[in-house]
Amino acid sequence: MMRLVVPKRPFPQPTPETQAYWDACSNHKLTLQRCLDCEGHPAYFYPRPFCPKCLSRNVESFEASGKGKLHTYVIAHRGAMGFQDDVPYVIAVVELDEGPRMMSNIVGVEVTPENLPADLPVEVTWEDVEHKGRDGTVQKTAVPLFKPIGAMS
Amino acid sequence: MSSPLRMASAIVGAAETEELGVIPDKSATQLHADAAIRAMEDAGIKNTDIDAVLTAGSPTQIAEYLGIHPTYVDGTSIGGCSFMLHVAHAAAALVTKRCNVALITHGQSGRSRVGEGGRFGGVSSSPSGQFEDPYGTWGAPSRFTLPFVRHMQDYGTTEEQLASVAVAQRRWAEKNPRAMMRDPIDIQDVLDSRTICWPFHLLECCLVTDGGGALIMVAAERANDFPKKPVYVAGMGESVEMTMISQMHDFTSSRAFVTSGREAFKMAEISHSDVDHIMIYDAFAHLPIFAMEDLGFMKKGEAAPWFAEMKSVPGGELPVNTNGGGLSYTHTGMYGMFAIQESVRQLRGEAAAQVDGVNVSVAHGVGGMFFAAGTLILTNDATA
Repeated sequence: MMRLVVPKRPFPQPTPETQAYWDACSNHKLTLQRCLDCEGHPAYFYPRPFCPKCLSRNVESFEASGKGKLHTYVIAHRGAMGFQDDVPYVIAVVELDEGPRMMSNIVGVEVTPENLPADLPVEVTWEDVEHKGRDGTVQKTAVPLFKPIGAMS
Repeated sequence: MSSPLRMASAIVGAAETEELGVIPDKSATQLHADAAIRAMEDAGIKNTDIDAVLTAGSPTQIAEYLGIHPTYVDGTSIGGCSFMLHVAHAAAALVTKRCNVALITHGQSGRSRVGEGGRFGGVSSSPSGQFEDPYGTWGAPSRFTLPFVRHMQDYGTTEEQLASVAVAQRRWAEKNPRAMMRDPIDIQDVLDSRTICWPFHLLECCLVTDGGGALIMVAAERANDFPKKPVYVAGMGESVEMTMISQMHDFTSSRAFVTSGREAFKMAEISHSDVDHIMIYDAFAHLPIFAMEDLGFMKKGEAAPWFAEMKSVPGGELPVNTNGGGLSYTHTGMYGMFAIQESVRQLRGEAAAQVDGVNVSVAHGVGGMFFAAGTLILTNDATA
């Protein structure tokens, strides 16, 4: 039987400033940027070609450890378009070991508040996504998700 | 007499983007930023010197992107002449000490359409399109609520205390014939209502309604020429923080709330103990908790127990959201107008659930999902 395949995740469409980040994601590498002029070379997210603290353009990308802690979250009991079959699922903010925070999902764990204490150590895992354009071109990347350290994803 | 704005402000920095013409390697936001950084270099100032952001569209996005923490913002967007208006608005803001250094920006990828909404309506290249939407967010209930678990973790705030905000506001709504939800509820009713995004249940999420409101303002010296008791604007504050909830600086405290409230109290020259009545935009039940703390009425961690002790209800210590709020009265989508209306009614003495002796009322609004804030301090005392 023919089944209409609806892509689950909205495809993140890069801009020139974020292209390198998403290119790295497609290779399952999580990158951050850091300022080479600020003391301690602090990391920042989301990508932009200058330091959001001091505005220096002297910045570089680097591969993050992929490890962090669950900073805060909700458990969605109603799903976004494409996520209806996944409820309940975790929409989380992860604080990376390098400092910056990012939104993600926590996977690889039964979704209950008891299993998801704040500051739970987590590590990155990947979900490949693709987008077919109106002209038939296919874009691919991967979205960084997180799982409790040691959990199967 | 000449205008107090005459000769009262000046442009001290100016720049265009490094490139002009066809720029396919920069998004619209980056074009704003490129011009802005170059203008700052031209003026010899840093982003931390700037406290006002004016742009046609989202000053919130520009402030976040450039690391600016403003006390004055203006997103007037009426087409190509918007920037002339921004200059005029900035002049008034500077002269009246709402801000000290104003940044006005423009950036548009009109030809290359990079990071713009796009002619076909796609917005997946916006920051939230790239860094939040892929994770299954579906609007306010799944994002505005995100900070609360951190507040629970850091301050021991409980699900029952969150529920108590909805219960307290229903106590006011019971007295208000215009409120949509008027049946008495208790904590268990709230916790038993459908889970939307844990730890938030249906009764901790605002209503979705139709409605509207309007205000008429005149100069204070004419205020007594009209039939109703005047309500004077004693203080005002505003700020923005970010456009993605995941980038909130502190998930237990809204920086926009803190800044907006501080500026409003500073202008009004009153202390918190002078306030008789408070309206807080309550899209969700955690907002009154955050606002009571961030506006300085109590210390962090004290507001949730305070609500749970029913201190905000009729006859309580300090009345909050006396129309029933967005949770029980009405919520059209941009509820802030209704918060101001109830402050005015209380100050005139004509509210459905009138509180005795209201002379000073605070109306505090949120924009987006903790993205922005505006605070008004209103009084019926012409000598205040």
